[in-house]
Amino acid sequence: MYNEKVIEHFTNPRNAGEMPDADVVGEAGNFKCGDIMKIYLKIDGDRIADIKFQTFGCGAAIASSSVLTELVKGKTLEEAQRITNKDVAEELGGLPPLKMHCSNLAADALKDAIKRYLEKKKEEEAQS
Amino acid sequence: MTKRFVYMDHAATTPLREEVLEAMLPYLQDKYGNPSSLHSAGREARAAINEAREKTALALGAEPNEIFFTSGGTESNNIAIKGAARRQKHKRHLITSSIEHHAVLDVCKELAAEGFQVTFLPVDRYGMVSVEEVKRALTPDTFLISVMTANNEVGTIEPVAEIGALAREHGILFHTDAVQAVGQIPMNVREMNIDLLSLSAHKFNGPKGVGALYVRKGVYLAPLYQGGGQERKLRPGTENVAGIVGLARALELAVEEMPEKSRRLQELRERLIDGLLKIDEVVLNGHPTSRLPGNVNVSFNYIEGEALLLGLDLEGIAASSGSACSSSSLEPSHVLLAMGVEDQLARGSLRLTLGRGSSDADVDYLLAVIGPLVERLRRMSALYPRQH
Repeated sequence: MYNEKVIEHFTNPRNAGEMPDADVVGEAGNFKCGDIMKIYLKIDGDRIADIKFQTFGCGAAIASSSVLTELVKGKTLEEAQRITNKDVAEELGGLPPLKMHCSNLAADALKDAIKRYLEKKKEEEAQS
Repeated sequence: MTKRFVYMDHAATTPLREEVLEAMLPYLQDKYGNPSSLHSAGREARAAINEAREKTALALGAEPNEIFFTSGGTESNNIAIKGAARRQKHKRHLITSSIEHHAVLDVCKELAAEGFQVTFLPVDRYGMVSVEEVKRALTPDTFLISVMTANNEVGTIEPVAEIGALAREHGILFHTDAVQAVGQIPMNVREMNIDLLSLSAHKFNGPKGVGALYVRKGVYLAPLYQGGGQERKLRPGTENVAGIVGLARALELAVEEMPEKSRRLQELRERLIDGLLKIDEVVLNGHPTSRLPGNVNVSFNYIEGEALLLGLDLEGIAASSGSACSSSSLEPSHVLLAMGVEDQLARGSLRLTLGRGSSDADVDYLLAVIGPLVERLRRMSALYPRQH
């Protein structure tokens, strides 16, 4: 049911695990099947210097998370924000129709992280 | 450890036995007559069906004319439940459990949509239906109780003999979906007061696409199809001769070997459960003792069942899960939820079902592979508490 690339990312996920010194953590939950994902970002200037993920979800959710981290590492926040779930699924070489919603999770968690980071920065600027 | 193929999904289906295939082959090749034909080729096929009916009846403690061959468990359940409902002139209430297979549950829901009243009985945390609850649900309008003999997901064996006795006492029909039980545990329709029983051949090393419905003498059902006179008009259509022969042979062998196989599978099951429970935060789903000999169902906290299945599959292990992500419905198992298993644990469930070919080496291999896999998935889980 899954293609080789999905299996490969599931078996050897990139950037999996916690990041204790992250600048920001984003989270997304998928109400459809109960999956939960966290994205940790380390930001240098306006670039994503490092990224990690943690996912409670099926094989497709884990592979989507993994491939997303590869897609956005080193990108500017603006570039990263433009990543869609379609990009994630395409990068994986496609997902079974029933699993397409899994690719939303990764993009949503990233967007949440970036949003929180920008809000945090705005607050800091306002205070200084 | 060398990778091997380990099949632990016998509740889904089982491999066809060599002896069964041998019994079937003549009816797929040389003995191709239509049992309804008058000539010698037809009579030969008819004789094979008669013999199969006798063997099937014997295995269930029934009479041959109480056995009707069908295309499988789903069809048997449909004929039994809809067939009983459509014979009713006045009574409109039926009782079933909330943990039935969809082939019963959805038939009952369909009848509810047609205007019948259906009670879906709750179960306890072990997946057990209470006879007291059945009694409380009875009304003067009740015409049918349908409770499965053993659950397909958690393997809990239900008190069907007691429910059967209760139904008989009140003059209510009792149907049991025994698809998971026949060939695995002793069944006797007389002793258990069963009026209608569904079974499926491929669950006991028979062929797919064939099953049977036991209908107690004196019980009348409305057929779902109209056609020829086969199966006394209850299930018209040219008989699946080879399939029927295969069903009977597989059942005969399963019953003959049951005491020894059941003991062996229970030992394997217990060793498997003990090994799995050594992993942190694992819980057993289902009843500790009133359980099918080959069924293991556990939930792993913090991980999702489909990911676990995929990981096991990559190691050569075939298993099953009640996870939402492994089903097409995106809902976790209705059985586990009815048992009160919390949502997250229901999503992290794993069903391992042993069968005739299962060995000690299979159990060893699974136990060797699963620990590191669970650890790996937990480390990347968003729900796993911070590691020390």
